[in-house]
Amino acid sequence: MTLLHWAVLSPFIAAILIPFLYKYLKRIHTGWFVLILPLALFIYFLSFIPETSSGNVVLNNLDWVPSLGINFNVYIDGLSLLFALLITGIGTLVVLYSIYYLSKQKEKLNNFYVYLLMFMGAMLGVVLSDNLIVIYVFWEVTSIASSLLISYWYTREKSIYGAQKSMYITVFGGLSMLAGFSLLYVIAGTFSIRELIANADLIMASSLFIPAMILVLLGAFTKSAQFPFHIWLPDAMEAPTPVSAYLHSATMVKAGIYLVARLTGVFGGAPEWFWIITIAGLITLIWGSISAVRQKDLKGILAYSTVSQLGLIMSLLGAGSAAFYFQDGDSPLYMTAILAAVFHLINHATFKGSLFMAAGIIDHETGTRDIRKLGGLMTIMPVTATISLIGLASMAGLPPFNGFLSKELFLTGMLSVTEYGIFNLEAIGFIIPIIAFIASVFTFLYCILMFYKTFMGKFDISKLKVKHVHEAPIGMLISPIILAVLVVLFGLFPNLLAYSIIEPAMAAIAPGILSPGEFFDVHITHWHGFSAELFMTLGIIVLGVLLFITFRKWENTAFYRGEQDLFNYAYDYGYDGLIKGSQWLTRIQMTGRLRDYFIYMCTFIMLIMGYTMYRYNLPLIQNLDLSPIPVYTWFVILVFLGSILTIPFLNNRIAIIITTGVSGFLVALLFVLFRAPDLALTQLLIETVSVVLFMLVFYHLPKLKKVKTPPKMKTIKLIISIGFGLMITLGSLSAFSMGQEANYESISEYYTENSKEKAGGYNIVNVILVDFRGLDTMLEVLVVSLAVLTVVSLIRLRFKGGEDV
Amino acid sequence: MMKKPNNMMLQTLARLIILVVLSFSIYLMLAGHNSPGGGFIGGLMTASAILILYLSFGLNPIKKVIRFDYIKIIGIGLLLPGITGLVSIFFGFSYLKQFFGYFHIPLIGEVELTTALPFDLGVYFVVLASALTIILTIAEDDK
Amino acid sequence: MELLMSIVIGIIFSVSIYLFMSKNLLRVAVATLLLSHGVHLLLVTMSGLQRGASPILSFDAEAYTDPLPHALVLTAIVISFAVTALLLVMSYRTYKVHKTDDLEDLRGSADE
Repeated sequence: MTLLHWAVLSPFIAAILIPFLYKYLKRIHTGWFVLILPLALFIYFLSFIPETSSGNVVLNNLDWVPSLGINFNVYIDGLSLLFALLITGIGTLVVLYSIYYLSKQKEKLNNFYVYLLMFMGAMLGVVLSDNLIVIYVFWEVTSIASSLLISYWYTREKSIYGAQKSMYITVFGGLSMLAGFSLLYVIAGTFSIRELIANADLIMASSLFIPAMILVLLGAFTKSAQFPFHIWLPDAMEAPTPVSAYLHSATMVKAGIYLVARLTGVFGGAPEWFWIITIAGLITLIWGSISAVRQKDLKGILAYSTVSQLGLIMSLLGAGSAAFYFQDGDSPLYMTAILAAVFHLINHATFKGSLFMAAGIIDHETGTRDIRKLGGLMTIMPVTATISLIGLASMAGLPPFNGFLSKELFLTGMLSVTEYGIFNLEAIGFIIPIIAFIASVFTFLYCILMFYKTFMGKFDISKLKVKHVHEAPIGMLISPIILAVLVVLFGLFPNLLAYSIIEPAMAAIAPGILSPGEFFDVHITHWHGFSAELFMTLGIIVLGVLLFITFRKWENTAFYRGEQDLFNYAYDYGYDGLIKGSQWLTRIQMTGRLRDYFIYMCTFIMLIMGYTMYRYNLPLIQNLDLSPIPVYTWFVILVFLGSILTIPFLNNRIAIIITTGVSGFLVALLFVLFRAPDLALTQLLIETVSVVLFMLVFYHLPKLKKVKTPPKMKTIKLIISIGFGLMITLGSLSAFSMGQEANYESISEYYTENSKEKAGGYNIVNVILVDFRGLDTMLEVLVVSLAVLTVVSLIRLRFKGGEDV
Repeated sequence: MMKKPNNMMLQTLARLIILVVLSFSIYLMLAGHNSPGGGFIGGLMTASAILILYLSFGLNPIKKVIRFDYIKIIGIGLLLPGITGLVSIFFGFSYLKQFFGYFHIPLIGEVELTTALPFDLGVYFVVLASALTIILTIAEDDK
Repeated sequence: MELLMSIVIGIIFSVSIYLFMSKNLLRVAVATLLLSHGVHLLLVTMSGLQRGASPILSFDAEAYTDPLPHALVLTAIVISFAVTALLLVMSYRTYKVHKTDDLEDLRGSADE
């Protein structure tokens, strides 16, 4: 355990302490205690910047399950450091914001902060681990934490709906991803990402390459809300706004992007990887931006805009993966795409974070997020309005903000895709920049709409539930102001980040492209001259403004009036259908009759066993080496069979008990004949106790009724039971004959040989029980005790009134 | 069923049989490591000895004589194997590693002592108490 | 011997499965007991019967019967006793509460 391991685990440890702090220090808002941790971690991770920016990596190993190749190895390079800084940095701001957003009197703060810390730790685990299984475990924890936070106000029906939806979709993706990881392990024999990247050629050549890739991408796409799995993200907006700002825009939804970026070194260069990611990203981009225009809820707009921006980053990563196809160093052609992806990732976190916080402030102060009720807040909330203006302008891609720079880079990247000349791009590649252009127009449009509807126009208090509206308290404004300042700062001086953060991250996404000691050329400028990108940006602004001016004309079309996503219907129908279908399936087979269940089970077992025996030509009864049957054994066996066979015909309680008892004692006798003295003794004693037990219980039970079974049922019962018995006979013979055929050395040889030397006992059976397999015996005794406790509680424990239940 | 047993023959015989069965059960328990027997068998044997008492004398008289709470005995029985296992950890061996040795005790002679014995004793207690608890709980529910 | 025992075990299983499909709780309890007899004998039989002495080293025999199935079955006997006891007590309580031991009457409603 190194300091880095503790850094990953520290949020979990803090999460354990939170409920106590909440309970015993009620006067202080719990958030203040929480705030310390992400801040400390942020400063700690900042100290790694000199290391990564000089091209080094940090790797600390810790064995977890070494026999399965699962090790908790913490790995820091440019990419993981970028994410770690985002997680802790935005985390600090969000916690600060939440202190003012959530009232300590009304809310269950302990739940909130426990989930939030759990998420923070899990997210750090995802981005800092080198092992795929460890990533998977933390990945699922983020899904769980996210669902818990969405359903934070768990009495609201919509919260529960949103939480379930996100859980189903992301866990489905997570499980697919696990399957994909397992396939990678099958191919390369390792879970370590570094080793996988080193074996990329082997993986590329494998026939499992495509299935593994698709399964892993399912995980990434569901998490990052890519089309058509994006539908969970808008419903996740039921979470408290700090959560939306943190999980559902800045960090968790970027886990999928992280995974794609991280595994580019493994899968990159394959045309399938390029096409799937680029196309999924572009469709998400355009679908998200068009859907965002239709939303009337501030957070709804931001949710769909997040979906679309995630698609943008994803498509850039797809385009950038072509770097592995060329393998020839620092070509600006495709490295622009990766540069744009990394830069936009940072920018999106800053402007979307501030926008979410601003939306939260508006919701907090006016009591609504519906843009049809809002308006004219500019004069009432000047600070919030300024923050929103900066955020929206950056998102729309206006200079001089950081969004402008990354949007320009995005357009450059998409334009350069057409020049690659690979993967059949010359034929249909031209469509890529067109989609990017149209999506950007809609992005611009919803940005104007959001600002205009909220801050301009007429203020109408009668539409709101509150009496007075005023600016938020200063504490709530600090975090969005910091983010807005960053938006401006990165916009004016983008090269602050260039070689400290962005270049190391690029080097981590595209490992092996550069020879050691080389650096990517990262130089972000505002002015490229009169290039195609500039004209595209101008076109976007003109078209966006035109659409906005004609807003009144299309305000009443069906497009704008509805806001449901088409895929929500698919989800809802699918979900209902699944429940109805399984209910139907259950109803037809679960009859509540023990008899029916036995018929199912026995038939199934017979079919499986019968098929297996047929397949392997069993049993081999030609050359069985059977031991001779002594005469007296015949006598015992005949009496035994007689007693067994009479039981079904008896209709008298005492007769049944006695006959069963007799058969039990005869089993003991058989054990004697089979030279198993311990078994014989045990069976004898157990049978004695059992008979007493049966006597006691049967005494309380009613007399047996003579039951008439319909002949048809009787035939079925006979066929099933005789067939099953036959199958067991054949199975027993097969096992015996196979054992003889193969002439295995019995594993009990070991016990026979070592019983005296290693355990000092002569009775091998007893030595096995208490010595060699002691743990088994211990747990077995535990089982017996549990059965006894159940018996005791069944009989002795009653309700206070003494009534039976 | 066990309300009013009044059977002279049974009671007289029971007194005799009990002695034999109980001492034999303890022998079985202790000898288990080297000849047939052991915790399971010894426990069941003792349980059946005590059951004979209940069957011949009835529930209440015996309850006055034997005042154990059998469920607590189960607890003790479960603890014993667990603790014997832990002891070997303290000496740096793996959990549940068993040891044995031969010792010379005055008057008795050469005796083999094993750590498996307390383990088996735990099994003995659990099996004994379980069998008795099950039967007696049902019997007490007669009302 | 093994052939004969396999047939006997088959018959035990048949009877037990037949009893399991009856409507009466007591027969089901007996069926459980018989089934465990069958399984115990099956385990012992599969490793071969009457080959070598009892697995006690003091006999100093050349070969011993396989002790491993014995150890398995020994614990299985005790466990099956506990299970049978549990089943008996459950049927006893069921009868006391519902006043019937007919499995047909004890079925839950269809919509559950």
